[in-house]
Amino acid sequence: MRGWQLASFALFFGLWELAGRWPVSAAFPPFSAAFLALVEMLRDGSLLKAYLITLQPLALGIVLCAVAGIGFGIGMGLSRSVEWLSLPIFIILQAAPMAAIIPLITYIYGIGLTSKVLAVIMLAAPVIVMNSYKGIRNTPPSLLQMCRSFQGTRRQEVMKIVLPHAAGLIFTGLRLGLAMGFIGIVIAELLITPTGIGDLITYNSSVADYPKMFAAIASIVALAAIALYLLERLERRWFP
Amino acid sequence: MIVEVKGVRKTYDSGVEALRDVDLSFPKGQLSTLLGPSGCGKTTLLKIIAGLIPKNGGEVLVNGKAVHGPGPERAFVFQDFALLPWADVLRNVGFGLELRGVERKERDEVARKYIAEVGLKGFEHRYPAQLSGGMRQRVGLARALTVDADIILMDEPFSSVDEQTRRKFQEDLLDLLRHHQKTVIFVTHSIEEAAYLSDQIALLSPRPGRVSKIVRPAVDRSKSPDEIRRDRGYLDTVDEIWGILRQYV
Ligand SMILES: Nc1ncnc2c1ncn2[C@@H]1O[C@H](COP(=O)(O)OP(=O)(O)O)[C@@H](O)[C@H]1O
Ligand SMILES: [Mg+2]
Repeated sequence: MRGWQLASFALFFGLWELAGRWPVSAAFPPFSAAFLALVEMLRDGSLLKAYLITLQPLALGIVLCAVAGIGFGIGMGLSRSVEWLSLPIFIILQAAPMAAIIPLITYIYGIGLTSKVLAVIMLAAPVIVMNSYKGIRNTPPSLLQMCRSFQGTRRQEVMKIVLPHAAGLIFTGLRLGLAMGFIGIVIAELLITPTGIGDLITYNSSVADYPKMFAAIASIVALAAIALYLLERLERRWFP
Repeated sequence: MIVEVKGVRKTYDSGVEALRDVDLSFPKGQLSTLLGPSGCGKTTLLKIIAGLIPKNGGEVLVNGKAVHGPGPERAFVFQDFALLPWADVLRNVGFGLELRGVERKERDEVARKYIAEVGLKGFEHRYPAQLSGGMRQRVGLARALTVDADIILMDEPFSSVDEQTRRKFQEDLLDLLRHHQKTVIFVTHSIEEAAYLSDQIALLSPRPGRVSKIVRPAVDRSKSPDEIRRDRGYLDTVDEIWGILRQYV
């Protein structure tokens, strides 16, 4: 990490510390208190236990999206009839306010794992599907003509030109999908039933242990940021 | 006559009439250019000859047989190069052979040979983004040469090459194509380029493109490049073409 990045983190945490000591509100702990709470939750294992629960529907949802969503997007890009059938669904999904739909999911599927996985999928799938679809559709026409000018078959066209060209955008879609998945799982754990990290947040809020509550919130923000940062690094390495 | 175009017409779906009743023949082993103002349908005609876009009427005959799509006897060099950005020069040059199912070892060998011929030896493992416009065009040319087609179709191959490299590239191209005895059809909007390179120049009128005149420059090709550019026949050809094209601008 570069110096200015470190400095910007230091500044952020420093301001947090100051604001907590001011005090802005009794419910707003300084950075040091939240940090100590984090260490304690790490030591007693409650944070790890919470993440084991939270990451399960997230991982399941993302893996399902990666397989089916990319498949769907590629199908839509390659076939006009698949596009005609499914494009409207994903355009609507992309625009729908998800928090409003989650109670509907709970009504149908109950409060178990299924609903939480579905919440992740509903948020992550549109961006994954649409990126794959666009990656396929945006193949430069001259590359396709080049393939045909050498009598390439449709299969060769797809395998050697269309898919390699789309790979970068498909990966971007996955990364953005994971970002949406983090949003989805936190909403689900707060709105459906408090479990995992959502439980840590709501429980500590109800017993007014604000340092722990803020530590839990900061930990999921940090986890999402680190995961996305690593994926972006990978993306830049693979698809420069 | 190796390529004949008879009564070819093309109107795009948008309603633009690009070509109207074009009749042309391209003699075997010669270099012919399609010359005309921008937007007159040169690319359209070349791609119809290549079988890359459908025509609305007329015929394209290659060696006397009507063709309706791309064929192994024709290879195309694209104006925007059409290189795979994720593949190095070696794979790009061998890509035509790869599509034909030629083994890796054999196609690499052929590709290396043509990479050297177009003057890119040492750049085998570079990627298109690391090359200049002129070098990318050489990659596109090498790829067209590997498949050993008799007819090479080139769409403004020098348009993205700067002036200094252009002359050198033109000279290299002449040598290479004469050496391999290719029949070349090539699009340009530069009068000098056409007069310098061609055995036959087909002048197209503005849209809808029609053949307005065929010019055969009387240029002595045994002279050196610099002598040719001062040659009477060359200068007369440039004047004659300019006289015709002037009425279009
Ligand atoms: N795919 C297309 N759809 C509609 N019109 C086109 C298309 N391609 C070319 N045209 C039009 O056809 C005319 C001839 O184009 P083109 O053959 O590219 O000209 P040139 O190569 O001589 O500059 C132009 O007016 C152009 O706008
Ligand atoms: Mg053109």
